[in-house]
Amino acid sequence: MSGALHIHRAGPALSVQDLGRPGLMSQGIATGGAADRLALKEAAALLQAPCILPAIEMAGLGGSFTVTTPTRFALTGAVMQAILDGEPLGWNESHLLSPGQRLEVGGVLKGVYGYLTFAAPLDLPRWMGSVATQAGLGIGQMLTSGDSLPMQADPDAAAPTRRLAVPDRLSGGALRMMAGPQTALFAPETLERALATPFRRDAAANRQGVRLHHDGAPFPADDATALASDFICPGDVQMTGDGVPYVLMADCQTMGGYPRLGTVVAQDLPMLAQAPLGAELRLETITLEQADALTAAEAQTLPQLRAAAEVKLRDPYQIRDLLRYQLISGVTAGDDLDRD
Amino acid sequence: MEPAKTPTDAEVLPLGQTGVLVRFARHASPAATARCLQLRNALATQTIHGVVEVIPSLTSVLLQFDPTQTNRAAVAKAVKARFTPQDTAEDALPAPSRRWHIPVTFGGEFGPQLADFATLSGLSEDAVVTQAQETELRVLAIGFAPGQPYLGYLPPAWQVPRQRDLTPQVPAGAIVTAVRQMVLFCNASTTGWRQIAQTGFRPFLRDRAEAFLLQQGDALCLHHVSHDTYRDLMRDNADGMGGARLEVLT
Repeated sequence: MSGALHIHRAGPALSVQDLGRPGLMSQGIATGGAADRLALKEAAALLQAPCILPAIEMAGLGGSFTVTTPTRFALTGAVMQAILDGEPLGWNESHLLSPGQRLEVGGVLKGVYGYLTFAAPLDLPRWMGSVATQAGLGIGQMLTSGDSLPMQADPDAAAPTRRLAVPDRLSGGALRMMAGPQTALFAPETLERALATPFRRDAAANRQGVRLHHDGAPFPADDATALASDFICPGDVQMTGDGVPYVLMADCQTMGGYPRLGTVVAQDLPMLAQAPLGAELRLETITLEQADALTAAEAQTLPQLRAAAEVKLRDPYQIRDLLRYQLISGVTAGDDLDRD
Repeated sequence: MEPAKTPTDAEVLPLGQTGVLVRFARHASPAATARCLQLRNALATQTIHGVVEVIPSLTSVLLQFDPTQTNRAAVAKAVKARFTPQDTAEDALPAPSRRWHIPVTFGGEFGPQLADFATLSGLSEDAVVTQAQETELRVLAIGFAPGQPYLGYLPPAWQVPRQRDLTPQVPAGAIVTAVRQMVLFCNASTTGWRQIAQTGFRPFLRDRAEAFLLQQGDALCLHHVSHDTYRDLMRDNADGMGGARLEVLT
């Protein structure tokens, strides 16, 4: 059985994302994928899916959705207003959407990128193994009002819905940075100053990169103008021509000529992606061994989240239309067990 | 770019959590690029366990590894054992295994900065067109945009810096030049390099059966055609080949 997702109203920056398409750097294509990759793992955990499902990434504003097949869905990442049948929906939870119901996702309340993930997998053509939209490269398109996307069936639409306790990553914080190929081009005192500087997330922020604002002097590198263009990767802290840090994100290019202070580890890029305008961000260095330990631990993230996603038990005081429920299905004399 | 000189000893450096970068020089030079392609070729025959991608650039080779199969230290150790020692390294690029022949048209509306470039390089326009065709170009790197090649190295007179102001838009197929290199744009683009020619050859087309045509190290020869011949080629160019021909070398 298969169905469709209808998008009746789309915010300005809705796109289908998964974990992207690694292995194409030799042809100038970055991995891409969700700006907040952790949100996709959280969604898979809430839906108890065996692997990452394609999600709708919603930057700033959501949309209006109906389905033709019943499906659970997860709301993760930036917290947004979400309403189903007049009821506000909890974030970092899974819910059920049935044909005839309309899911309305409004503006962002906290964070930047919200994710809507259906247990009925979006059934889209893959390119190089992925459905991720890399609009800047002409790979996929942003979603617009009136779009319909084919879906497979939810493998277990009757499964209980779940919730996940998620530590806050929507308010800025410390970005752990490992050394990169050009860290040594910066004088030690320049690096020290960068580590001591409180930055704020600048207005210039998108899927290519996030600019860090500060009021002090720029952070120059030696030999910066003559450097050959070389490989760059998401997390790189690039010092652009004006010496202002710009951290590369999922859809960055693959080669660049600006000097780079270091690389923010992948585990902290969700927090950077979700940092709202003006949020305080700091850089702190970690050793290569520490960075590699984070990489090794990453394989455990999804299993741990899956175990932590608990079945939602409804509190009767929270049920507005309690009297509609058939709480007692029969009354007897009370001697049933005594009778033959 | 510095004149050709022996690169410094290779440095093995981290690039992100799953990358090991071997850097032969910080500045582009034919000698540095030669060592990059030599190492890439060595790694094609002597593979390293857990390394999933080997990518050469003008000055470095990036090894992407799968952290579930190997680790940074093992990759770094294995790649060091595959270097050509500096004292025996050849400064010449290794011989190509493939050669592309690509029709291009120089000057006029298809190469609006040919005259500017000729003046800056001290060559006549005819000499620019002749030298561009006589040079066996190599794909030195692919990047900036999907499938987009950096080609070089052209003769020393082509050592012309980027222009100070960007050209707002050059069309798809534009061939632009600076610093002894050319770039062939797959898509319309802003650039600080000067456009001297245009081609129907598209190294990247998303929906073509073979989406990417070029590999690092490929040789590439430009063949000047008249503006009219170029227009004819463009009339039926759905495959993005632009009349190009591939010669496979032994």
